[in-house]
Amino acid sequence: MVPLQSYLVLSAILFIIGAFGVVSRRNAIIVFMSIELMLNSVNLTLVAFSAYLGDVTGQILVFFVMTVAAAEAAVGLAIVIALFRRKRTVNLDEINILKW
Amino acid sequence: MVSLTPYIVLFPLLGFVVLGIFGSRIKNEKLIGSIGSGTVGLSFLIAAAIFIQMLGAEPTDRKHIVELFTWISTFTGTTSSFAAPVSFQIDQLSILMTLVVTGVGFLIHVYSIGYMHGDRGFWRYFAYLNLFIFAMLNLVLADNFLLMFLGWEGVGLCSYLLIGFWYEKKFTGDAAKKAFVVNRIGDFGFLLGMFLIFQTFGSLTFDTVFGGAAVLGPGQSTLVWITLLLFLGAVGKSAQIPLYVWLPDAMAGPTPVSALIHAATMVTAGVYMVARCSILFALAPATLQVVAIVGGVTAIFAATIGLVQNDIKKVLAYSTVSQLGYMFLAMGVAAFGAGIFHLMTHAFFKALLFLGSGAVIHGMHDEQDIQKMGGLKQYMPVTYKTFLIGAIAISGIPPFAGFFSKDEILWKAFSSDYGSVFLWILGVLGAAMTAFYMCRLVMLTFEGKQRFGHDLHPHEAPKTMTVPLMILAFLSIVGGFVGLPKSLLWGNAIEHWLDPIFSPAYSKLMIADHHISWSEFVLMALSVGIALAGIVAAWTIYTKRADIVANLSSRFKKTYSLLLNKYYVDEIYDALVVNPIVNVSDKILWKGFDVGVIDGVINGSAGLIGWTAQRLRKIQSGVAQNYAIIFIGGIVFVLIWLIVK
Repeated sequence: MVPLQSYLVLSAILFIIGAFGVVSRRNAIIVFMSIELMLNSVNLTLVAFSAYLGDVTGQILVFFVMTVAAAEAAVGLAIVIALFRRKRTVNLDEINILKW
Repeated sequence: MVSLTPYIVLFPLLGFVVLGIFGSRIKNEKLIGSIGSGTVGLSFLIAAAIFIQMLGAEPTDRKHIVELFTWISTFTGTTSSFAAPVSFQIDQLSILMTLVVTGVGFLIHVYSIGYMHGDRGFWRYFAYLNLFIFAMLNLVLADNFLLMFLGWEGVGLCSYLLIGFWYEKKFTGDAAKKAFVVNRIGDFGFLLGMFLIFQTFGSLTFDTVFGGAAVLGPGQSTLVWITLLLFLGAVGKSAQIPLYVWLPDAMAGPTPVSALIHAATMVTAGVYMVARCSILFALAPATLQVVAIVGGVTAIFAATIGLVQNDIKKVLAYSTVSQLGYMFLAMGVAAFGAGIFHLMTHAFFKALLFLGSGAVIHGMHDEQDIQKMGGLKQYMPVTYKTFLIGAIAISGIPPFAGFFSKDEILWKAFSSDYGSVFLWILGVLGAAMTAFYMCRLVMLTFEGKQRFGHDLHPHEAPKTMTVPLMILAFLSIVGGFVGLPKSLLWGNAIEHWLDPIFSPAYSKLMIADHHISWSEFVLMALSVGIALAGIVAAWTIYTKRADIVANLSSRFKKTYSLLLNKYYVDEIYDALVVNPIVNVSDKILWKGFDVGVIDGVINGSAGLIGWTAQRLRKIQSGVAQNYAIIFIGGIVFVLIWLIVK
């Protein structure tokens, strides 16, 4: 069997990659992709623990996370489209209307 | 009859309220004048009726107390409770004062109807004047110190309102402020005296305090303090050295105001207060000395200034200060009755002189400089004759009123155990100067050649002004007969009348009843002689040998200008007291503390917050990813912290 730690390390790496992407990418779509990556890494952690502990609770939580991710993606993309209509760009650096 | 006492005080108050509320809407001057004079007249009638009733009663039966209502009362236990009722004390002294205040006050109200004719603030004048009478009556009729103090402050307030009556002119406002502020210094002394009285005797009611004082022995330092502080109040109110400076400036007010407030009534409040507290002063002979010296020095000091003044009202103002000095001189040598006697006669002839000067000013179309007058006796015969009577009375020529009262004071200053030859000399010199400057005033105003232009047509005053003059002239002639020397006719009636008031003080001071001696008549002749000498000197100089005046004023230029500029006392006060206070207030208290510290702290703390916020707000860059960085940073920090724990 693949040891549990491998899954957890993979999940952590994926999470860190996703976090980096959220923080440093300019394109809003790429940021959304990174967010999805972070959510999926959490899913992986949950499923791994569920399999190794024999408890199905983890997998139920995964369902919830997926639903939330889907809803959030829908709403987020709607916001990006609205933003694009105003500012003609999806470059996050240029969206700073709420600055001091 | 005595139960009607509250109405004496009530009527002028009603006059003030009615005139104050409706006065501006009443267009008829006669109606306003009638309401104003009528209230005081009614008070006078009631007082006169009470007086007549008192005459018929036994001397021991003449004192009554009429309580109106309880003003302040605290009951914290029998020893430390404090009650100050509004109650009035009718006795020989207060009824005398009431008659003077309401009688002379009534005449002045009637006079004012003519004098203030056409003035825009006619109703306001009479309202204030009635308020003044109300306050003054409270002062003289009170049976406790607190109510007296209410009246004391009230007359000070009315003095301010009336001096500053023509408020559009700056110098009148300044004069009013000066009067009030200088008065306040005295009031401070009065208040402290009252506090000490309460602490020593446990009450502020006259009967309790004086009853408690009667069983004390002399030489207690508390009483010296009490009397000194009370005297400070009197110095402020009655314009003695060093707080007399407001009275000459107060001449900026209408002349009837000068007559009523600054001659006949308000300034006599200090004298009345000392008389009322005679037993307290009797227990502090040291203070009596101070009173006598201050009075005597003021009498002479003010007389010297009055010798050279050129404004008709200023001469009379300094004369008033001087005559008040005589009254305090009397009090200081324990001749309380003589002081009150002089108060009464002075009210008559000083009011007469002021009202006469008002008639002159009115007839000369508001000219007040006597150097621009002269020869007025043919234009204003009634004014001239009554003014002359007043001048003779104040100079102390028998049988006019001033002679008897002033002579009594001079005799007591000489012969009393508490007097001295020095004080007598001060008094006599002052009397000589009084006679001189009054004759000078009459000469320069009414006699001699006309020094005004031919286009100025002086005219006699209307009846509402001349009739009060005549009544006051009559009183100045006969007013002295109530105080004849012991051996003549009915003797010193006024002294007998006031005896029950002052006998506790006299017995404390161990003043025996004096017998007639030849020295009294010698002194009498001396004082009359000196007064006549002053009159003759002034008459000669100012009508025949005018060159003497020019000669003297050029040879003694420094002295002349010192006197003309009133010894530069106002300038000295300005430099020593007023300007330092103004500068400290302006630079330190206002700009330094109020603006710098208090405003600085408030503005500074707001500024500090603003400065911090300016820096802090840069965090909000608007870029969502920056927020995400901080977010993630925070999570990492918490994780590390949890792991390390």
